[in-house]
Amino acid sequence: MSDAREGTGRTPGAPPKTVDDVRRALEDHGYLADDGLATAIFLAMVLHRPLFLEGEPGGGKTEVANALSRWTGGELVRLQCYEGIDVSQAVYEWDFARQLLHLRAAELPGAATGDGPEPRRTVEDELFSERFLVRRPLLRAISPAPGRTAPPVLIIDEVDRADDEFEAFLLEVLADYSVTVPELGTFRAAEPPVVVLTSNRTRDVHDALKRRCLYHWVEHPSFEREVAIVRLKAPEAEERLVRQVTAAVQAIRGMGLYKAPGVAETIDWAQALAALGSTELDETVVERTLGTVLKYREDIERVAGDALSAVVDEAVRHG
Amino acid sequence: MADGRDRSAVGRLVAFARRLRLAGLAVPVDSVVAYVRAVEAVGIDRRDRVYWAGRATLVHSQEDVAVYDQVFGSFWWGGPAMPDAPPAPPDPSRPESPGDTPAAPDGEPARQLAPVSYSDVDQLRHKDFAACTPEELEEIAHLLRVRRVRAMQRSRRMHRSRRVRGRHDPRATMRRTMRSGGEVVRLMRREPASRPRRVVLLCDVSGSMEPYARALLRFLHVVVVGQGRVEAFAVGTRLTHLTRQLGWRDPDAALRHASASVVDWSGGTRLGEGIGTFNDRFGMPGMARGAIVVVLSDGLDRGDPARLAAEMARLHRASHRTIWVNPLKASAGYEPLARGMAAALPHVDRFVDGHSAASLDALVCMIGEGEW
Repeated sequence: MSDAREGTGRTPGAPPKTVDDVRRALEDHGYLADDGLATAIFLAMVLHRPLFLEGEPGGGKTEVANALSRWTGGELVRLQCYEGIDVSQAVYEWDFARQLLHLRAAELPGAATGDGPEPRRTVEDELFSERFLVRRPLLRAISPAPGRTAPPVLIIDEVDRADDEFEAFLLEVLADYSVTVPELGTFRAAEPPVVVLTSNRTRDVHDALKRRCLYHWVEHPSFEREVAIVRLKAPEAEERLVRQVTAAVQAIRGMGLYKAPGVAETIDWAQALAALGSTELDETVVERTLGTVLKYREDIERVAGDALSAVVDEAVRHG
Repeated sequence: MADGRDRSAVGRLVAFARRLRLAGLAVPVDSVVAYVRAVEAVGIDRRDRVYWAGRATLVHSQEDVAVYDQVFGSFWWGGPAMPDAPPAPPDPSRPESPGDTPAAPDGEPARQLAPVSYSDVDQLRHKDFAACTPEELEEIAHLLRVRRVRAMQRSRRMHRSRRVRGRHDPRATMRRTMRSGGEVVRLMRREPASRPRRVVLLCDVSGSMEPYARALLRFLHVVVVGQGRVEAFAVGTRLTHLTRQLGWRDPDAALRHASASVVDWSGGTRLGEGIGTFNDRFGMPGMARGAIVVVLSDGLDRGDPARLAAEMARLHRASHRTIWVNPLKASAGYEPLARGMAAALPHVDRFVDGHSAASLDALVCMIGEGEW
């Protein structure tokens, strides 16, 4: 993938030259970043610092990593955080079943060439060799499988869901991009991976971790940018429909709902309407498809009530 | 800054960081180093690039963006100077003048304070905060010991090794096997471990709560520094996240920081909106889920009771348990007649008093024992 895109991007592994390079390359790979985000991504790649993205759900935080991976050609390594995640799920684990089998095989008559401490130590060494190491996302990002030239893109998703202890551990890993497996030694990244962390702010992530990172707050995009994004992601929808849907979503966002729709919902809605064969918004079709944009009964009731015609009028006028 | 190492340019960048610090942002040295390198990387010739380079390196949360914008404007482009510092908020860590008596707000009938007896300390433990002299409040502060609020919850995700029941644990089995020289003697198993639930405290800081605010804030402080998984908020006309400010171990420092960041001390109450903001920003995304939510308020609300009811219902659905602590409840003949209180009550699992050190102790025990 990266080879075909040489002209627009960069040679694998080499950092981009300017902020505009980053923006153009991401655009070629299906992500429209604004100036602030493009600068933050550029700095993350040049300064080798993790990028910490916060913002409303559905704002395209995770998609940043996908686009980065498509662009650089680096493997996308994803670590979804959850309550109780620990080292064995995030970094490495030993393949116990195979270790046991190996142990059994070594005991078979004829397998061992002799008694005494020597062969036993060999078996033990074998047991804790890379052969039996199960690489979880963090280790995969730091010591990637051979074959790829570009460093991996590591996305640590919803880090606010993990526990404090895990955060402290992440801090250690992100400080020098190395992981120590006691039985094997230290793995150090030849070239640091591009790291993106996302948070939905269910709790404040520790300052120390944030300080290690570059910070960017992902806002809802402007009207024209959102139109461009929807056009890119829902090419089957007609231009007029795209503009009207975007205008309607932006109007709905201003209504102070429980859960304001994100860009992801705008895209879903445009796709849903296109699938239904609509070329324009009207009250009936909006009412029928409101469930793709709003996910709370109270929100749907509010919008589907008196506000509906106002939203549609506004959208038609604006689009 | 053609070569980027121009000393005067670096000096300007560092001076800018210092200005941010003066404006109240936490800007550690390594962020400044990153900032200088970032500006070097994007070039100093374009205003927007310099702006975003600073946003990415010097700002670590969305709340700090406004301050950054202001300082950026005045420092680099001679924009409007910093406005005067806002008037200092009343400092609840400091005893008030003794003559201060709580007024009966919202036309509530003047209330009788809960009767007290027992020995001196015991008496103090049960004394209504509103009836205490400043000296007594200081005493009470010592009675509120640092404590850990813990409510255990079985977790499906976390497991701990065990011998008898539960899912097979290959890692522990392997460890044991190695000990017996490669012989599988016993299969180790895991059972679900318990871990504490999150506790969220929402404390009303409006005018009617003033007699209790100081003591309750102290209570919030001892609970927050007692570790565990605790989040604290102040609710008045707006919502203020206080967990970080209350994290200072020294109680005076904690209360000073907390009161400095609450801008609506002793103002009006719009509980519905405050709790709504909490729900939108923190609660629904995850903070309230599976948590024990404690609202500390007298329920004397100037906002729309329907809104309060709707927001409490939302909170109640998301949380594990909802507790409403009302300092007025201990007063003789108290009935939850205030409109706000009546609206919220159907969406509350437990309605308890919180007018004295002893009643707050009881609250902590109730959360800890999880007997509902």
